[in-house]
Amino acid sequence: MTTNKLDINLKVGLEIHQQLATGTKLFCQCRSNEDEEYTLDFSRSLRPAQSELGIIDPAALFESKKIQSFRYLAANRTSCLVEADEEPPHCINREALESALIFSLALNSHIADEIHVMRKIVIDGSNTSGFQRTMLISMGGFVEVNGKRTGVQSICLEEDASKLISDKNSKREFGLDRLGIPLVEIALEPVSITPPEVMQLALGLGRILRASKRVARGIGSIRQDVNISVEDGRVVEIKGVQKLDQLVKVIQYEANRQHGLIIITDKLKNELGIKEIRCDNGIVDVTDILRRSSSRKIIESLKDQSTVYKAFKIEGFAGMLGFEPYEGIRLGKELSQLVRFYGIGGIFHSDELPGYGITKENLDSIERKLAKSSKNDAFIIIGGGLTNVNFAIESLIQRLKAVLEGVPAETRAATPSGETIYIRPRPGSARMYPETDIAPIKVDSLLLDSLRQKIPRPIEEYTNEMISKFGLNKKLAEEIFDSQYLNLFEKIVSSTKISPTFVASKLTEDITNLERQGYDSSLLSDERVLEIFNELDKGRIAKESVPILYEKFMKREINRVEEFESGFETMTERQLEDEIEGILNNHLDAINEKGMNSLGMLMGRTMAMLKGRSDGQKINKILKDKLEQMLALREQ
Amino acid sequence: MGTSEYKGKASELLNGKDIKIGQSITIHTAVGGYSGLLLPRYELFDDNHIVIKLGNGYNIGIDITKIISIEKNCSELQYSAYINGKFLDSKSESLDEFRVPILDLKDSLPRVALISTGGTIGSKIDYRTGGVTSVMSASDLYLSVPEISKYASVDTEMLLNEYSENLVPDDWTLMANKIIEKINTGIYKGIILSHGTDTMHYTSAALSFALRNTPIPIVLTGAQRSSDRPSSDAALNLIGATRFAVKSEHSGVFVVMHANTSDGLLACHLGTRVRKNHTSSRDAFESINLEPIALIDSDSIKMQSNNMLKLTRRGEGKHSSYETSFDRHVVLLQYYPGFEPTIISDLVKNGCKAIIFEGTGLGHVSRDCFTQLKQAIESGIMIFMTSQCLWGRVNMNVYNTGRDLLGIGIIPLSDMTPETALTKAMWLIANNESSVEIKWKMQENMCNEITYVSPIEIDKK
Ligand SMILES: [Zn+2]
Repeated sequence: MTTNKLDINLKVGLEIHQQLATGTKLFCQCRSNEDEEYTLDFSRSLRPAQSELGIIDPAALFESKKIQSFRYLAANRTSCLVEADEEPPHCINREALESALIFSLALNSHIADEIHVMRKIVIDGSNTSGFQRTMLISMGGFVEVNGKRTGVQSICLEEDASKLISDKNSKREFGLDRLGIPLVEIALEPVSITPPEVMQLALGLGRILRASKRVARGIGSIRQDVNISVEDGRVVEIKGVQKLDQLVKVIQYEANRQHGLIIITDKLKNELGIKEIRCDNGIVDVTDILRRSSSRKIIESLKDQSTVYKAFKIEGFAGMLGFEPYEGIRLGKELSQLVRFYGIGGIFHSDELPGYGITKENLDSIERKLAKSSKNDAFIIIGGGLTNVNFAIESLIQRLKAVLEGVPAETRAATPSGETIYIRPRPGSARMYPETDIAPIKVDSLLLDSLRQKIPRPIEEYTNEMISKFGLNKKLAEEIFDSQYLNLFEKIVSSTKISPTFVASKLTEDITNLERQGYDSSLLSDERVLEIFNELDKGRIAKESVPILYEKFMKREINRVEEFESGFETMTERQLEDEIEGILNNHLDAINEKGMNSLGMLMGRTMAMLKGRSDGQKINKILKDKLEQMLALREQ
Repeated sequence: MGTSEYKGKASELLNGKDIKIGQSITIHTAVGGYSGLLLPRYELFDDNHIVIKLGNGYNIGIDITKIISIEKNCSELQYSAYINGKFLDSKSESLDEFRVPILDLKDSLPRVALISTGGTIGSKIDYRTGGVTSVMSASDLYLSVPEISKYASVDTEMLLNEYSENLVPDDWTLMANKIIEKINTGIYKGIILSHGTDTMHYTSAALSFALRNTPIPIVLTGAQRSSDRPSSDAALNLIGATRFAVKSEHSGVFVVMHANTSDGLLACHLGTRVRKNHTSSRDAFESINLEPIALIDSDSIKMQSNNMLKLTRRGEGKHSSYETSFDRHVVLLQYYPGFEPTIISDLVKNGCKAIIFEGTGLGHVSRDCFTQLKQAIESGIMIFMTSQCLWGRVNMNVYNTGRDLLGIGIIPLSDMTPETALTKAMWLIANNESSVEIKWKMQENMCNEITYVSPIEIDKK
């Protein structure tokens, strides 16, 4: 069963986060590269800020419940005291500001007269300061894709967050290298739209940004968040969609999930006549009962003396936790995801029991202990460390009480398979206050006039230009434009004599092929690619070596092209001749039979053996000479 | 903090409509309108913009020349702006309220007095307007650092509300007298003084002398990151200061701050030996020429053993005599190449009673100054020598210049920090008649401001 978007009034608001290629960070002069060679580390904890009214941002309170210690890893090249929250921010990166202004102009968005940097409270540890610096650049405007206009809500310039390295046992580890890289956030208006149309929209917006040649490339340099809502539901924010095909799946999944929740609410209210959820009536300890279960997992977990199992009932809820309005959409699953937050694997609920090694006998004991009087009641069992279990039960009760409201406003994360999982409640607006360390920035009208010249042109102009200037075909021109390697392509073509078509195909097809094989193309930096083509230009490596070098970089087998060349240079002309003679001697039968016609086959064998270690033309020449010699000798 | 009402044209525009800061307004321009709360504007910024906080939480400034009209909103509006006829919804949801429970304080806990004097540690922000105020009431404290209630029952009092660069020696007297008042109640296990960090080491040194007979520990603490940030060091420093004030076996004046950049280990320094050595980092405070007197981690307080120090045990102080005055007529002067010797004679003319030099290296100033120095000393000025190196000890017997300076009558101050020397001279001059006695006492170790052994290696933590 799939949902019909018109029936449920599906609204999708796309939000694009694009890293800028500025070289340095937004509020300090550190390099804006991601870097994993960390040499420094320190630990911090964060406390939720508190306003005078005693109001704490709900997301902040939620995070603070999971008491955390954060460990930060850093390297001097990519982080300084600003990232460590040990020094006030420096002046804003002008180039980043200009880029954000150019995008605002390109999208006809109305730029603020004076820009104020804000602190957005984020206490999950991803920002050492406990807030993200962000500023509203402009509001309104539109993006036009395939002749269809979609409204722009706002364009912001902000700092990227630290990179999560690990999250175990209430201790999180972050890399500081990504913290502070400038990021442009473009939020589009929520619109009624089909998932494939959203993909076109994201692609179109991405093209406008790339055409400016001011954006970073690589995995993670662009992230799509989507705000999704259905009729009668509140807005759900989905974070971290990295690929466009994933976006389509996520939207379909959320449409089903949200509509599913509304169906559940409807059933509770109208079929079961439930007006209020009663679930906080006595929480009981069922550890000793479950000790007698036959679940290996439970028995194993109880070897840890501190593990407890608790249960509580939900009145009149029988059948509702396992009820599945759409495939894979169940209230039980929602609740299981919720408790993972407290380091608990999941819940057992009465709709799926007996099962999982929990016997009928166990259930009877639990029901007696819960004083479960009605067949219509459901119950939930949850186990783990006492504190975690208590926190988790509190959260579960809160969530259950909100079931009658349908879709709760929350922030969820996209999974690679296109589902979404719960992260936290949606934060309110109290999470922003001014960054007093940075003065407001007045937007000069003269500056805007000069930036208007830098508005990226439509993509057709770029591709047509590439076709006429570099002799690329249309497909290759579009591919290179969409590939994130446009800047690099132009750099290589202008600094070498290598054929542009060759360069373009090596930057698109070859890299895509390697990505499909599961290699990480972000390990192949611009510098290295440039180096490869420079070496090729100087004749130090063979054309065939280009993809081999890519692969070696992506496998982390080499760090510099030199390391590969030094292997290649040891193969002297003499050695090459010896190798080729060896191959010829191994194929004497074929040579005797086919004569000169065996050259193609021999060339193939030789290339496979000497792959990338010598130039193809050179091999061809030696091979041909040797073969001719051999045949001539035989005829004598 | 310099936040103020609007000035000039902006103020005319707002006053005309009787609009006050904090009110919900809509500003119309040629492209549309913005809706939100009117915010105050910092004095230093121009008067050509009006700042509002939009429904989406962001602040923006609107050029007043582009404003067509302003109106007060009747109710809270649900949008941030309308541009070209289109309403742009704010991204925010309505905010649920979360109230922090009021804590039950146990009578059995040791009592501690917390005296606040201002600075980053006591600053609070109004998240709505962004204005920073500097207040620390007892309830503020328990709300922002509830852990404190595990260690002590804290009485708070706001004595001053100043960033520490604005403090003067009279404020040290004020603080010392307030602390004596608290000590004399006899009910406190310790006293905490929250302080701006810029001059905290001057205050700690001054109080060390003024309160050298204290029977209980006096602990100064501050914050390098303001309390309104989730990453503030204020809470941990305050908790550490409270624990030390309650648990320390020694009395005296101490400074408790972060020992390194991580949240975890705190260092406790002697009031006379500590110095702010970094403009912004959490571990800016270091003991000079010795290790911190104690290290405080989440479980324990470890006193560093140092048999060179004379520490008073808790309760041993003589309750009677405190001398809390300071004389401002002392100058702290750094020598540098090109130093103009007439600066010295000018100081003499202006009524200066003593000069603390921060000399070069082992304690030198150029021979070009000799004449002025001689004249100054002949006219009764006391001149003392410390080193701008900070680390190490002054020794004026090694080079001719030093020996000449000694001959002129310049008095070397061993390994005392320049700031401590300054406060000590101010205190001695205010509380002693004879200059012979003052000179003698300057060289005498009174509050561990001098140690006579230089350790080979100092673990700064
Ligand atoms: Zn930096």
